[in-house]
Amino acid sequence: MRLGKFKLNHYINYIVIGIMTLVFGVMTLTGNRFDNSLLFLLEKMSISIILAVSLSLVVGFLGELSLGHAGFMCIGAYLGGKVSALLVPAMGNGVGALVISLIAGAAAAAICGVIIGIPALRLRGDYLAIVTLAFGEIVKSLFLNTSDESFGGTLGLSTPRYDKKYLFLIAFVLVLMTLAVVQNFIRSKHGRAVTAIRDNEIAAKATGVNVTKYKLVAFIMSAALAGVAGVLYSYSNYTVQSLKFDYNYSIEILVMVVLGGMGSINGAIISAALITWLNTWLPTKLTGELAVLQDLLYALILIAIVIYNNAPALAAVREKYNIGAMLSKLFKTKHDPAHRRDDKAKWDVVPTKISMDEILSVDVTPQNTRPDSKMGGED
Amino acid sequence: MEVILSTLINGLSLGGIYAMIALGYTMVYGIAKMLNFAHGDVIMIGGYLIYVFMATNNPLLAILLAVVGCVILGVTIEKIAYKPLRGASPLAVLITAIGVSYLLQSIAQIIFGSATKMVTVYEFGAIKLLGATVQISALVTLGVTVVVMLVLTLFVKYTRLGRAMIAVSEDKAAAQLMGINVNGIITVTFAIGSALAALAGLFYLLKAPSVSTTMGSMPGIKAFTAAVIGGIGSIPGAMLGGILLGVVESISYKITAIAPYTDAIEFSILIIILLVRPTGFLGKKRREKV
Repeated sequence: MRLGKFKLNHYINYIVIGIMTLVFGVMTLTGNRFDNSLLFLLEKMSISIILAVSLSLVVGFLGELSLGHAGFMCIGAYLGGKVSALLVPAMGNGVGALVISLIAGAAAAAICGVIIGIPALRLRGDYLAIVTLAFGEIVKSLFLNTSDESFGGTLGLSTPRYDKKYLFLIAFVLVLMTLAVVQNFIRSKHGRAVTAIRDNEIAAKATGVNVTKYKLVAFIMSAALAGVAGVLYSYSNYTVQSLKFDYNYSIEILVMVVLGGMGSINGAIISAALITWLNTWLPTKLTGELAVLQDLLYALILIAIVIYNNAPALAAVREKYNIGAMLSKLFKTKHDPAHRRDDKAKWDVVPTKISMDEILSVDVTPQNTRPDSKMGGED
Repeated sequence: MEVILSTLINGLSLGGIYAMIALGYTMVYGIAKMLNFAHGDVIMIGGYLIYVFMATNNPLLAILLAVVGCVILGVTIEKIAYKPLRGASPLAVLITAIGVSYLLQSIAQIIFGSATKMVTVYEFGAIKLLGATVQISALVTLGVTVVVMLVLTLFVKYTRLGRAMIAVSEDKAAAQLMGINVNGIITVTFAIGSALAALAGLFYLLKAPSVSTTMGSMPGIKAFTAAVIGGIGSIPGAMLGGILLGVVESISYKITAIAPYTDAIEFSILIIILLVRPTGFLGKKRREKV
């Protein structure tokens, strides 16, 4: 549905989350007290959504694999948590301290993004995956071995918690801000450059896109947002423990992005919320011996979805049952290629190969050298 | 002096394990151009297979059966999970490999439970070497790894199958035009890689006689780091990187001040190497072609 220049499907996620924020906000202000476990779930969901959307920027739109997203979150959680622990006694546990620690956490994560991104993003191939993985392990082990006074060491860093009653609303607002940052970036000229790099790096370079710069920008943005999620985490928990931010957690975020459909922000939001809920709900159902089934299920779903979405042999099946297209039909009155949803751009386009022979074999003989063919097809 | 020597030998044997795993990574990466994240978990399965087949009380038979089991597993994974994605984006293959890694871990946990299992394959004992006590198993590990590396190098250089592998790694389409069965070659590569993983599992058991479902993850990641440091795709490079990493780890563990940061130090080496020499020590620089 398009209302003039206003495209509903461009803003649907802001609207849904915005309405949720308003409804919950009004209910809270009018004295409604929600169940603590529900509040905690909503906080966890918001953290997951911020993580998934920011990782989707690197994996879905830039087409590079990052396996250290939890590492950036860890930096944000520790640095932001430390800043808030220092500020709260002086400033009180208010929005001021929260904002300053958010900025500190995001900045620290962004700086790490620069340090990691510069060596890894210059290289092609899977180097970013392995370097970010290494980074996650480095961060984990560094914070684990800090002294008790600085960052708590093995015991973890105790952080002040924000008023439980309002924290989830702040988390919602941060989700909206993340969406604004990521979606506006993707829909801008810079975002086009990033998706161009994903689809064909050499072609993007040839059109004048500064590949290294855009790769770095996308990567740093994603790291900074993971830092924000980390600060939020530190505010929603009593302690920050570095062992939580391990390789498995990075993979869990990746699973959210992949299940949502790479290159789809709305997909990432939905699957992040769904998986976070499943993670709290499934352990109550699958207890004891059955607990391992959860991992098995995730692994099988991950493999099945990736093969289904990417196997060249299944292209025809995908074309026939395209859930994304079916959904977008609901919001569109007619198919108009000029108004295609941006985040619907296919991430799995086979890299275009330009064959030199094909170019050379094109017949470039000028038309007028051939007699009797002044205007082709008229006789 | 004795401390230095025993640390060094320990490092070399640990390096041998890393090198053995790194060889598997580098073979698969060189030919299938994919980072096989599940490789570490094939090692774990290899360890469990040895544990199961040790019921025969015959170490050699157990090792042989474990190698066969891992080869079958590796080839099956390749056929089911990776082959349908040939020609798809490398990112998709990478994520599938991560999925397979988790799948293997959870299957192992369902079958064997999450408790660590103890298994002693063979007691080699120890000898005195220049005053230092040296585990014979460490020397065996190192020796077998060197032999395997040499055999692999010769195999790739001088046999028909090995040359076909080089051809496939250079250019799949051209290799196919030369009549090489590309899919077959990739399967063979996975078979070799998995056999090496089973051997790595064996060495792991010789060093620390216990198996658990996550035993393959960390060595797997470190061995991949080793393969990248040595130059991914290069067989001697994998050996070099593995030994280097093993020695660094062993020395770092001995120095109390930096011992807790050992993992961080190893991964930092990777990042520094990638900064100064992106292709690793022995890797070849590839020109990007359109």
